[in-house]
Amino acid sequence: MDIKQYLEIFIDEAKEHLQGMNQSLLQLEKNPDDNAMLNEIFRVAHTLKGMAGTMGFNKMARLTHNMENVLHAIRGEEIKVSTSLVDLLFKCLDALENYLGNIIETGNEGSNDYDDIIQALAGITKGKPSGEPNSLKPSTAQDTSAGGSVHQTANFKVDQYEQNVINKAKEANMNVYQITVVLDSGCVLKSARAFIVFQMLERYSEIIKSEPKVEDIEDEKFGFEFTVIVISKYNAEFLSKELYSIAEIQEVLITPLEAKAIDVDEAKKEEAKSSATTGNLAVHQEADEAEGEAAAQKHEATSRRTRTGKTVRVDIDRLDVLLNLVSELIIQKTRLEGLEGIERTQTYNETVEYLERITTSLHDAVMKVRMVPVEAVFNRFPRMVRDISRELGKEIVLTMSGEETELDRTVIDEIGDPLIHLLRNSIDHGIEPIEKRRELKKPEEGHIYLRAYQDGNTVVIEVEDDGEGINLEKVKRKAIEKGMISQDIANSMTKKEIIDLLFRPSFSTADKITDISGRGVGLDVVKTKIEALGGVVEVETEANKGSKFIIRLPLTLAIIQALLVYVGNEKYAIQLNSIKQIINISPSDIKTVQNQEVILLRNTVIPIIRLDEVLDVPKIEKEQKKQLTIVIVKKGDRLLGLLVDGIIGQQEIVQKSLGKFLSGIKIITSATILGDGNVALILDVNALT
Amino acid sequence: MEAAVISDSKQFLVFRLDKEEYGVDIQKVTTIIEKDMAIARVPKTPDFIEGVINLRGEIVPVMNLRKKFNLPAVEDTEDTRIIIIKLEDLAIGLIVDSVAEVIHLSEDSIETISSFSAEVSLDYILGVGKVDGRIVTLLNLEKLIKI
Repeated sequence: MDIKQYLEIFIDEAKEHLQGMNQSLLQLEKNPDDNAMLNEIFRVAHTLKGMAGTMGFNKMARLTHNMENVLHAIRGEEIKVSTSLVDLLFKCLDALENYLGNIIETGNEGSNDYDDIIQALAGITKGKPSGEPNSLKPSTAQDTSAGGSVHQTANFKVDQYEQNVINKAKEANMNVYQITVVLDSGCVLKSARAFIVFQMLERYSEIIKSEPKVEDIEDEKFGFEFTVIVISKYNAEFLSKELYSIAEIQEVLITPLEAKAIDVDEAKKEEAKSSATTGNLAVHQEADEAEGEAAAQKHEATSRRTRTGKTVRVDIDRLDVLLNLVSELIIQKTRLEGLEGIERTQTYNETVEYLERITTSLHDAVMKVRMVPVEAVFNRFPRMVRDISRELGKEIVLTMSGEETELDRTVIDEIGDPLIHLLRNSIDHGIEPIEKRRELKKPEEGHIYLRAYQDGNTVVIEVEDDGEGINLEKVKRKAIEKGMISQDIANSMTKKEIIDLLFRPSFSTADKITDISGRGVGLDVVKTKIEALGGVVEVETEANKGSKFIIRLPLTLAIIQALLVYVGNEKYAIQLNSIKQIINISPSDIKTVQNQEVILLRNTVIPIIRLDEVLDVPKIEKEQKKQLTIVIVKKGDRLLGLLVDGIIGQQEIVQKSLGKFLSGIKIITSATILGDGNVALILDVNALT
Repeated sequence: MEAAVISDSKQFLVFRLDKEEYGVDIQKVTTIIEKDMAIARVPKTPDFIEGVINLRGEIVPVMNLRKKFNLPAVEDTEDTRIIIIKLEDLAIGLIVDSVAEVIHLSEDSIETISSFSAEVSLDYILGVGKVDGRIVTLLNLEKLIKI
């Protein structure tokens, strides 16, 4: 069964349950006699235990199980709610929240066993004086047999036939024992485990009775313990040792039984009693639920109501319609601002300004609705990393941070594959095999860091490993082999240029093509996908230290601030936050260095790009201009000067997709509809070199 | 030549390019508009892609069919139209000289052809329909619009 698809649901529900329990526990502290609250807490703990068990989170299950025992005892009025008890229960909740936090962050509970808390919990339920076994309260877990701990299944009496058998066995000098076996609370396949126990017992003894019945045990209709009566020629020590050697056995309690005279009436009464006392928590549960149902129902109703009030499932298409309408609104607002011939009275200006504020807020609100925390994508990675690293025989630790960072829904959908590829690369090529790491005196387990954080108007996602880094020489050699570059060019390439080779289609330095990577179609697809989202990919790497892939994505997609410019007679838009400066120069300021036009600005050499050439704009006849306008933009950490034919002005524009047909054009990211209804294309600064 | 599925009776929108008549599956046609708006040129696209237009807030690329079929370019007239077609989630406009009518063609009246005049590559052609003594070349939109 594929658990991980349920992980999100588990996390959501577990969060809610823990939140609920915290509140309930606070209430209980104020009103220790509030039975309804107590039942509520018990029920939630029970649910959590089941959930955790199903997902394989055994530590959580164990802790909740022990909590349950305590709560159970409180319900049975064996122990009173005291401040110290509540403190302990709060500690449990904190521990559970830690587990859940770990699960959210790494996909597993972490290594903390919280033994101290479990001991404390066990200490409360242990050795409770039985006093009188008052009426047949099913919830009473009395301890009438030897031994100081509470074992529900141990509390049964043998009927007269069985006592007869025991008597006969004793006559024959055999040992008769009552053995209570308690399974580890983290045991998932209880019936299988019990079967192993039975198998072992049958090897050395004869089982004459079991509580619960064998069929029930086979059907897993029992809690975590069962009790058997056996006749054996082996002694208690031996049997105990054998039992403890079985895995997932928490406790073994062996009590010798004596021959007893049979009192018929007594036997009947005892039988009636014993059938009422079963070791099955589920039965208790149902009985209690019937009791507390009325009170709990109201509580449940309210909690269910709040649950549905918290989230609403919305069809993505509806959100898109909403966003489209908001975009249209903004376009019309811009049009209104630019209208000629309107008398701009005070009222008019105020109204338009207010309209502007409202549309911006509306846009922000709608964009927020589309924002999803990246953990939606991240949470499947821990398992994936674990599986792949197992497959490759490497020890890898994945550390994730910043999962609460939010991205637009469409970006989230697209970012998964590139990230998976980068992670696989790190695991496959980045992290060295254990022996090699030992040689290099690195820790045997490789580390991969997955980080997400917001940086101004962008969201940054980093995939970092402490592996062997990118072997630049190897890259160069492969490139020369494939005929991508010549030896001469290779010699003069910068580190960055060599790394860029990796992103070219069909490039791969892997000697073998593994299932996971090596086919050389990975990194260029990563780059394309990221750039299609309006983002960039950068790489930092150091030999034997590791590599870091940095992905930068724009925070909000659709509406941007832009500078409108003329190139020839055509209008183009440049994202405002890429622009550093706009300057005017004279034509003579443009120098040529190694076939590249540049200008000198405050001691920095800035390459010049003639946009009319790059964009194939039809030349218009103009007189020689005395002044040239250069828009200086940032590309990563470099500067570029774009030569334009005129500046129109700053404008808030709505990014509109060019559609699938034209989406492959590198220099153009998208288009926008101007106030006059005409289309202007939005330039991708990053595609200009 | 790939055989496209032509069910019992299909409707085709007939338009004119130069002196020829062409037909496209009416199911794929969303709208027909006049060519009265500015078409923004898009750099680095094939010659026959005229550019993009603003179609009620949506950016739609427009293809000049004359250029695509290597016919001589002419001035726009009153009758020039842009046929907006939609394939799956892709919308594109086709500039044509004029739009004529919608015709029904049953399977028998559609002929697949093995040779044709040099203007239109066989790839784009579903077949040839005969109606009222006229010959209408039926276009394969998927092949025409191949990305």
